Amino acid sequence: MSLINYSSREINCKVVYYGPGLGGKTTNIQYVYEKLAPETKGKLVTLATEMDRTLFFDFLPLELGEVKGFKTRFHLYTVPGQVYYNASRKLILRGVDGIVFVADSSEARFDANIEALYNLHDNLKEYDLSLDEIPFVIQWNKRDMPDAIPVDELNEELNPEGYENFEAVAVNGVGVFDTLKCVAKQVLRQLQTA
Amino acid sequence: MVRAEWAIFEEDYWAINNVLEDLLKSSRSGFVMLIDRTGQLISQCGPDVEFDLTSFASLCAADFEANYQLAKLIGEKDFSTLFHQGAQDSMYLGKIAKGVVLVVLFNKSTTLGLVRLRVKRAMEELDGIIEALYEKLEYRNEEYDAIDESFTLEVEAEIDSLFAD
Repeated sequence: MSLINYSSREINCKVVYYGPGLGGKTTNIQYVYEKLAPETKGKLVTLATEMDRTLFFDFLPLELGEVKGFKTRFHLYTVPGQVYYNASRKLILRGVDGIVFVADSSEARFDANIEALYNLHDNLKEYDLSLDEIPFVIQWNKRDMPDAIPVDELNEELNPEGYENFEAVAVNGVGVFDTLKCVAKQVLRQLQTA
Repeated sequence: MVRAEWAIFEEDYWAINNVLEDLLKSSRSGFVMLIDRTGQLISQCGPDVEFDLTSFASLCAADFEANYQLAKLIGEKDFSTLFHQGAQDSMYLGKIAKGVVLVVLFNKSTTLGLVRLRVKRAMEELDGIIEALYEKLEYRNEEYDAIDESFTLEVEAEIDSLFAD
């Protein structure tokens, strides 16, 4: 639910990184945080367990330069990937403007991707939403894994709808900005047609 | 479109600000702010704060949302207000129409009772403003003119330059 404040001349949008546990959602946001200039980013908030697993969410606000007197802000969130944190996942999705699905390319995590995708569909349904109406981008992460499934095969099995998708090795930053750029632009387009 | 976009116009912003200013004074609080359900800051009132306001707003929204789910689990419809007590500073949060949340920060220069009393009145006033704003949104689509094709193209260029590898 993007908010346009005509008085303070701000546009705020919410992007959520979704996907299976240990897939690299937090790594994506951490890379963005490390690489951006201080004036464009806010504080990175992480609510994690002692084992560095996301407990509730990570949060990073980004600010674009002023265009026609308006400041555009993107609030990036990750959800906890572990199956039993579904209540937290559901509430992070409230008011979402765009979703990045960070899939784990390795064979061993194929089923976890499917489960997370189903879970995303179910949770969106509770807000009367579906992926047809929300900007949605898939990131095939961990392309450097020895057992990484070929992208063609992943697209065939997990992305028959043909959503925009990117290969990534988030830990090295590969594909991180491309993915974020794509979803951010889709969110803006949606705003224009809203 | 199924999704409800929403916007704050100049006159609503000032109406909201007036209520927040009144509340700040009459409750003798340190800081008040209004956020939407997703944690976006709508308006704030009070001296500059030392903490990161954007993160604070996002965590307040998450706090409220988590408590909403807790309420449902125990069979309550909602917790309309939340109170967090600290040794020096405390927080009082109240839910307004359309999931908007009022957050009040206060210290020992006032009392919980007074804050609660003043917040109640402010919440009623804000309820009216927010409800009216939503009604207005249905008829004032021309105000969205700012978000046109040329605007989108310029912001896209901003995105490209920000995320240049």
